[in-house]
Amino acid sequence: MSVAVARGWTPTLRKPSALPGFGLTFGFAVTYLSLIVLIPLAVLVWRASGIGLEGIWHVATTPRVLAALQVSFFTSAAAALINAVFGVIVAWVLVRYDFPGKRLIDAAVDLPFALPTAVAGIALAALYATNGWIGSLFAPWGIKIAFTPYGILIALVFIGLPFVVRTVQPVLEDFDREVEEASATLGATRAQTIFRVILPALSPAILTGVAMAFARAVGEYGSVIFIAGNMPFVSEIAPLLIVTRLEEFDYSGAAAIATIMLAISFVALLVINGVQAYSRRRFGDA
Amino acid sequence: MHSSSAFSESPAVRWTLIAIAIGFLALFLVLPLIAVFAEALRRGIGMFLEAFAEPDTQAAIRLTLLVSAIAVPLNLVFGLAAAWAIAKFEFPGKSLLITLIDLPFSVSPVVSGLVYVLLFGAKGVLGPTLDDWDFKIIFAVPGIVLATIFVTFPFIARELIPLMQEQGTAEEEAALTLGASGFRTFLTVTLPNVRWALLYGVLLCNARAMGEFGAVSVVSGHIRGLTNTMPLHVEILYNEYNFVAAFAVASLLAALAFVTLGAKSFLEWRHGDALAATRRH
Repeated sequence: MSVAVARGWTPTLRKPSALPGFGLTFGFAVTYLSLIVLIPLAVLVWRASGIGLEGIWHVATTPRVLAALQVSFFTSAAAALINAVFGVIVAWVLVRYDFPGKRLIDAAVDLPFALPTAVAGIALAALYATNGWIGSLFAPWGIKIAFTPYGILIALVFIGLPFVVRTVQPVLEDFDREVEEASATLGATRAQTIFRVILPALSPAILTGVAMAFARAVGEYGSVIFIAGNMPFVSEIAPLLIVTRLEEFDYSGAAAIATIMLAISFVALLVINGVQAYSRRRFGDA
Repeated sequence: MHSSSAFSESPAVRWTLIAIAIGFLALFLVLPLIAVFAEALRRGIGMFLEAFAEPDTQAAIRLTLLVSAIAVPLNLVFGLAAAWAIAKFEFPGKSLLITLIDLPFSVSPVVSGLVYVLLFGAKGVLGPTLDDWDFKIIFAVPGIVLATIFVTFPFIARELIPLMQEQGTAEEEAALTLGASGFRTFLTVTLPNVRWALLYGVLLCNARAMGEFGAVSVVSGHIRGLTNTMPLHVEILYNEYNFVAAFAVASLLAALAFVTLGAKSFLEWRHGDALAATRRH
């Protein structure tokens, strides 16, 4: 929106304003931000750089770390994709249809944001264990969900559920119905209109939601560790490995894995920003 | 409305989609919630209440309240200061500042705790200095507070910034012209204009502060009765196979989530026009 552009050098570097308090509030905000967020993160990167890029690469490619990163990456990607499909359906139903209890369901979508992750973790573990309500349905078929990578997937679907719904919902609400009517008038079937007119317009929002759900899932810890089983090479996620390294007082190892994860979330953030910039150019301010 | 099938989905498709959506949400949202309360009450209400008579549980509840009572007001002051500077003034680097404020949201909770261990831990940068002063941050309450402030950092600022940007500076300028002091203008003009968004941010910030697990787990040291917050206490009880007590404490946190969601929906419904545009339904 209002990106400040310094037109040439001005003494204060900001546009003059009648309002007071810029120095105080700006100074406090930047100091607090630096002390709480920026300096601690800089120490992390500095600590990891102590072992050098080669050192980080060495840590990243040890079999156990590599396995944990793979488990985190693939379960997060799978969960984000599941949420893409169901998130679009939920957003569609909430925007387009009327049915009893709709307001309640709309509010419930944010539950994963509000429910502490540890609570979600033990609840899901209880449900999907072989003697749990859902786990016991699958146990006779020899399918185990809790304490396997499927358990991780379940927890990550839960954690990422609101992201796609909440990014797609407002775009769908603002979607111009006349475009759909034009498509129908021109002879398209409803399926053609949905898949060739509506979904393409929603795709930047869907991608943004998927990237956000993925970024959240890669770093998720609380809800996963209770249901994962945490077996090295099988169901051990990268954040858990950081905790393990810390408990061994291997600060450099922990910092190295953390830096790799920061890089992954940074890439996800870039993707989100890129998609949003693209969609602003392509579809206007969406 | 058009009834022709080219303009809308057939009732069969419509109800199938509604059924899929409700089924998905029931499976992933409602069932886990029911499970929390069912497990907590499995051995009857007596056992459920007994969990709260436990001194360690009470200590965990007190610590959680204390941590959130420090973290939320600090982030509130920061949110107001950052929003005032960003929304009411034009300066270079503004969008960078907004991005940096959101940064804690894209950092894994575990990493959020780790950064403080690297800074203040026994083998951390400032560890030896703190040792000399005999002041503990890691495996003590200050570390838990710091980690909580980090993970809840953006919540209030991100509700205020877009709203205050929309509101502009005209009303404040009018107050100043009429002779009000800067601080009085803030108290009587700006603050009332953003009060619902402020409350909204505080609600979300508080829910996360009380429920945070990963970041706090890394810095806490898990000392029973001393550095265990409620979510950490849930973990300890669960790992000791004391399921009833674990789910009893968890049900208290779930109740907090209920209250948060209820109040949040109420604000969106009743005061939607006084919230940031993204919160209006």
